[in-house]
Amino acid sequence: MSEETKDVVATSPQEHPLLEVVAVRHGMFGTQGSGDTSGYGGLVAPVVLPGPSERPYGGWFDEVVDILAELLEESGTGYAQAVEYVVVDRGELTLSLHREHLVEVCKHLRDDPDLRFELSLGVSGVHYPLDAGRELHAVYHLTSVTHGRRLRLEVAVSEADPHLPSTTSVYPANDWHERETFDFFGIVFDGHPGLARIEMPDDWVGHPQRKDYPLGGIPVEYKGATVPPADERRQYR
Amino acid sequence: MSTQNPHATRPVADDEAFGVPTFEANGGDWSEIAAEAARLGEERIVVNMGPQHPSTHGVLRLMLEIDGETVTEARAGIGYLHTGIEKNMEYRSWTQGVTYCTRMDYVAPLFQEAGYCLAVEKLLGVTDQVTERASQIRVLMMELNRIASHLVFVATGGNELGATTIMILGFQAREELLEVLEMVSGLRMNHAYIRPGGVAQDLPPGTTAFTREKLGKLRGHLHQLEDLMLENPIFKLRMQGVGYLPLAACMALGVTGPLLRATGLPYDVRKSDPYSGYETYDFDIPTATEADSYARVIVRLEEMYQSIRIVEQVLDRLDASAGQPVMVADKKIAWPAQLAVSGDGMGNSAEHIKEIMGTSMEALIHHFKLVTEGFRVPAGQVFQTVEHARGELGVHLVSDGGTKPYRAHFRDPSFNNLQATSVMCEGGQVADVVVSVASIDPVLGGVDR
Repeated sequence: MSEETKDVVATSPQEHPLLEVVAVRHGMFGTQGSGDTSGYGGLVAPVVLPGPSERPYGGWFDEVVDILAELLEESGTGYAQAVEYVVVDRGELTLSLHREHLVEVCKHLRDDPDLRFELSLGVSGVHYPLDAGRELHAVYHLTSVTHGRRLRLEVAVSEADPHLPSTTSVYPANDWHERETFDFFGIVFDGHPGLARIEMPDDWVGHPQRKDYPLGGIPVEYKGATVPPADERRQYR
Repeated sequence: MSTQNPHATRPVADDEAFGVPTFEANGGDWSEIAAEAARLGEERIVVNMGPQHPSTHGVLRLMLEIDGETVTEARAGIGYLHTGIEKNMEYRSWTQGVTYCTRMDYVAPLFQEAGYCLAVEKLLGVTDQVTERASQIRVLMMELNRIASHLVFVATGGNELGATTIMILGFQAREELLEVLEMVSGLRMNHAYIRPGGVAQDLPPGTTAFTREKLGKLRGHLHQLEDLMLENPIFKLRMQGVGYLPLAACMALGVTGPLLRATGLPYDVRKSDPYSGYETYDFDIPTATEADSYARVIVRLEEMYQSIRIVEQVLDRLDASAGQPVMVADKKIAWPAQLAVSGDGMGNSAEHIKEIMGTSMEALIHHFKLVTEGFRVPAGQVFQTVEHARGELGVHLVSDGGTKPYRAHFRDPSFNNLQATSVMCEGGQVADVVVSVASIDPVLGGVDR
């Protein structure tokens, strides 16, 4: 385990409400349910995603964030009201947004000639059950063909209120992608022209890509035994 | 939410359709159907094409509202091949993920493998450590696969027009390439050959010579196909001006690949955001300006010649780099198992077995740990795109620092491009629907994942 992880153990995750806790690891070796023979079984380490970055972000990232900030100030929305924080990780730029201003940010990113992220490569969802109040994330991948740039928008909503404004008015390409994210994660995209399930049958109950979706085991013909579902099998984690 | 209870689906509810006169047509005589429609006095006719229709390129369902021969409304229904590959990948190690994602778009499996492995490498931070030879082999495999996939487009597209000769020729040409892929990976499809950190094993001896020989034959097949198709008046009449999708529509709908390039925009990830050393190869991005089905055929044919150009360059480089490693040097990531080709195909390497079973206990432990547990990937998320045969393939991977992907999402180009069905088909003839959908070249395995 690296230096970084130790720091995380020292400060509780509550002090960093913005960091997404993806997992809490117990012990050292990833196994579960076989007893602790190593002496490391008592270790508890929350795993968090890379947190907000400080300026300078490097490369063209600063320029893009500056222009976006200017546009948001001009329109009266305000940068701080729209953009929660900025993450630069592994050479990729992620803007974490407040959901109220998602569509406006998309519009600026698409329309301003210096930004011009005209190609949307879709929406993907991620479920972080441990990230209380921000369990469901929608991730938008934007590409600027004009400038040869890529960035990612991330919006978090809670399971209790899984509503996001639809971006189909700005990027019609997101139509099916939003349907898929609704189908798999249950994020409701308000204003979508026809938010129906797309991969699962229309009358399916539940959203299968959520982490707590019950997977179901397989009964075998041996004294009522069952092959346990994939997430409950003994395995390295 | 624990209130979710999955259950099997019931038949499509008829409540909403109650009272509406319906009749079922499963092929047969259209004049009878027309007479029946006239008797019922219902002018709005909805034709359900697929999901088991041979001209829909797989299990695609098209819902067409027609007025005579004119399509007034077209909708695509998908999901008939959804197998939960992305969900399955969350319960398998990072290396095993390759075996899953290769099965998405089964006509062009190597692109999913490459995109996925490049994304895992970016998460691990080992992109720079991937050896030159590994990247060269990836480029070779991807370009051969691109040609093979475009040949399937030509073949099935021709077949859907009723031109069986085109299909036979196309599949014959593809077979030449699949023999190369089989020689290298042991399999014709679903290779699981590209692995995080490199490729599964080095090229078997004689691959480059064998590939050059096959390229010669491929050229012959391609010329034959061109002679057969491009000036054929029926082919041109069916294709030209059909399925028109201009640049603005492509950008709005996120349509990429040959469809976008047929509108005149030379957007190709291999040029705009190169990976695996594509910036060092000499090749052009073919474009056309007509933005119709015929232009897409031309663009794909030209792309095959450009891929041949790349393959020729990479074969020379592979000859020069013979003997160099094909996996990252980091033993914590590099797959320990080695395979060997023998008389009956690919199997365990006797030398490797001898080492781990006979001479080195540590090597056995290492092999066992890495194969059963896998390696850990630092927490974070990446998005990696590659130029798939059908457009831009995006791989969004999230790691929780564990031995398995926390979330793997594939932005399949066919999934996105199929959204253009309505725009391309509405206002056209029913027969043009088949041509338009064929020119999108969707592979439903990739669409539904």
